[in-house]
Amino acid sequence: MLTVEHLVVQYDHTRALDALDLAVADGETLCVLGPSGSGKSTLLRAIAGLEPLAAGRVAWDGHDLADVPSHRRNLGLMFQDHALFPHRDVLGNVAFGLRMQGLDATTAAQRARETLALVGLAGFEHRRIPQLSGGEQQRVALARALAPAPRLLMLDEPLGSLDRNLRDHLVLELRELFVRLHVTALFVTHDHDEAFAIGDRVAIMRAGRIEQAGSPSDVWRRPETAFTARFLGYNVTTLGNGLVAIRPDGLHLEPTGPMEGVVRSRTFRRDHFLVEVELAGGDVLEVAAPAGDLPDVGDRVRVSADPSAVVTLPAR
Amino acid sequence: MRRPTAARAGARALLVMIPVAFVGVFFAYPVTSIIGRGLAPHWRLDLSPFGDVLSSRSLRHIIWFTVWQAALSTLLTLITALPGAYVLARYEFRGKRLVHALVTVPFVLPTVVVGVAFASLLRPNGPLGGLGLDQSPVAILVAHVFFNYAVVVRTVGGLWSHLDRRQEEAARVLGASRWQAFREVTLPALRPAIAAAASIVFLFTFTSFGVILILGGPRFATLEVEIFRETFELLHLPLAAALSIVQLLAVVATLVVAGRAHSRRNTALALRATADVARRPRSPRERATIAAVLVTMTVLLGGPIAVLIDRSLSTRSGYGFGFYRALSTLHSGSSLFVAPTEAIRNSLAFATAATVIALVVGGLASFALASRRSGQGVTRAGFDMLLMLPLGTSAVTIGFGFLIALDHPPLDLRTSPMLIPIAHALVAVPFVVRIMLPVLRSVDNRLREAASVLGASPARVWREVDLPIVARAALVAAGFAFAISLGEFGATIFIVRPDYPTLPVVIYRLLTHPGVDNFGAAMAASTILMVVTAAAVLAIERFRVRGVGEF
Repeated sequence: MLTVEHLVVQYDHTRALDALDLAVADGETLCVLGPSGSGKSTLLRAIAGLEPLAAGRVAWDGHDLADVPSHRRNLGLMFQDHALFPHRDVLGNVAFGLRMQGLDATTAAQRARETLALVGLAGFEHRRIPQLSGGEQQRVALARALAPAPRLLMLDEPLGSLDRNLRDHLVLELRELFVRLHVTALFVTHDHDEAFAIGDRVAIMRAGRIEQAGSPSDVWRRPETAFTARFLGYNVTTLGNGLVAIRPDGLHLEPTGPMEGVVRSRTFRRDHFLVEVELAGGDVLEVAAPAGDLPDVGDRVRVSADPSAVVTLPAR
Repeated sequence: MRRPTAARAGARALLVMIPVAFVGVFFAYPVTSIIGRGLAPHWRLDLSPFGDVLSSRSLRHIIWFTVWQAALSTLLTLITALPGAYVLARYEFRGKRLVHALVTVPFVLPTVVVGVAFASLLRPNGPLGGLGLDQSPVAILVAHVFFNYAVVVRTVGGLWSHLDRRQEEAARVLGASRWQAFREVTLPALRPAIAAAASIVFLFTFTSFGVILILGGPRFATLEVEIFRETFELLHLPLAAALSIVQLLAVVATLVVAGRAHSRRNTALALRATADVARRPRSPRERATIAAVLVTMTVLLGGPIAVLIDRSLSTRSGYGFGFYRALSTLHSGSSLFVAPTEAIRNSLAFATAATVIALVVGGLASFALASRRSGQGVTRAGFDMLLMLPLGTSAVTIGFGFLIALDHPPLDLRTSPMLIPIAHALVAVPFVVRIMLPVLRSVDNRLREAASVLGASPARVWREVDLPIVARAALVAAGFAFAISLGEFGATIFIVRPDYPTLPVVIYRLLTHPGVDNFGAAMAASTILMVVTAAAVLAIERFRVRGVGEF
């Protein structure tokens, strides 16, 4: 089990990680979700021992890893953009970690072949890295990280450079693979769909701290802060005398609605239109409206909210 | 695809003709003359000079010494400079740009000055006189490391600063120790640059002249030095020619190897912008590495320079500018025909002329090379090689070639003062090409397309996109050419006239004549020469297009 306590990483004058706490249980997939610049990559690098810690500790089963250098931590890290070795072929990349464990070349190659088959790249052994497509490179990187059977697999935006369809497909594949191999994984992304699809638990990260953590459905249904709510796509505004977050599908244009505002824009979204309504206080609501009876930009409209879609937030 | 019109093709042919004619007349013709002298001294094939070379024990010894000192110098330079390349490529720290610029200074220092600096360091009453290294091969090797440190830092460091750092980190996380990660991941990626740097350093040290003439004493000589001696001391031209041919063959062989290494560069490496790669040191270990490298640089590169300046100020009557003041007078019994200050003026004038010639010839050659499409690989490689040949062919060969080829009809330039700038330009042209060509080739065609889509006419595109980039490269090249000309010694010593000496020649003459005053004057003149060259290099460092070009 990985525990991270009060982790601080300092870059010159900014704190990339600011007293961050986190735990990953054995066999669990924890997905850290945050906007770019929130310190997600730094977190993985710090756990891997690639960043010096200003304070705090990283421990495995209670043992501090401070004195364990990167190459003895037995962790896997899949880099953003993969960082594959361009001068080695596919097999050479995947066998690298096994060779570093001291396996002889034949055994390493054999195990690497097995791992390649696992990610669906049997027969790619002697391809050169630049000849691979983005999706294939991603699989090679995954195989390379998995091959030495790390006790924790960390993935840094592994699907970031791929197109939407491929991503949706690979997320499911990854999920299956993790379950099948009983992998303990720490997955980092800025994409909600990816995070909710792949994580047993989801942690929302903001400016070097964990803002909220829990099961995907809990986090989605009950954002605890305005930041989390906005990041997940909720509309945040004042309703009655408190601050609330309203799920995007819980708002309707309705003549009797309690909120009033001016239409700022209308955007076509396949099966509906997204209407931006600016309230008197300056908050902007995104309201889904069916095609047909649409207000024009500049019109005054009233908006209502489903009570079930409203989450009360702590005051600003 | 644009279709070259007849006019454009004609213009291009003209662009190519000027550099080809220059190199043909001032390089190929003299070299052919040397070969003629060596193989057929009296218009009849006569291989006896080669027989003399091979049968003479001392000449075989010289060839052997030339080879092993160059190999060992190359190895030592790599070992010493790779940590420097690493630190400058991978870390950000205060004063880094200055360090980067200062490291280049030794490379452009006149060979004579370097020889003088080490001689003053190691001579029996010098600061390191106690080591007994005066006139030993060790002094030569250290001087060569001093000289070529920047070649490795620039060539290898240039590539290193673009290598994705995460490759190593990936290896580390996969269980590789620091050393394993370096050996398995970084070193293979750097290999082409290391090979290129090694062949350049080998070439430079193989053809080392000024340093060995001063530090080698009577016992140690390279082929270069021996060619000089055979010409001027023993007046044995056929033998000198035969030695030149041996040297030429060795140089061509090295160039071919270097060319191979060069063409393999930048193949499918994960290259990134420098800013992503270099960062501030974060751990005490990293800070200690940087400190160790900076201390090494200071001692190795700064030490000799400091001693040189110190000696130039240490007169018999204490610290002062006595030696400098003496430079403006020509005292009786001097071996010189003119006062050293006169030589400073000559040197500056020659350097200016040489810079103009080198820029025109090298610039045109670069344009011609850059505008060719990659299809004509063989011609291009041949043209490339023709221009690079003078770089390796050693200044002495050029000087010797001028001496025997251009002093009688059809080309009698013996009395022309232009002979010296032409020789200097010939030495400088390969550098100009090496600086300008990568920059010209690197101008992204999409920039031109973007400008053109934004409404710029072709002429306007050239002025707004190409020119600003090229102008900077040309300035850098000009600075280098100027510095090279100021310090050029090997070719100059063959063709210089006593009434028009250059500063390096004066320094050599002062140094070869005994006496405290002569030695002090040599120190003072060396310091002046060093300051002027260093100023030229530091000035151009400001204009460098980051990450492109080699020197």
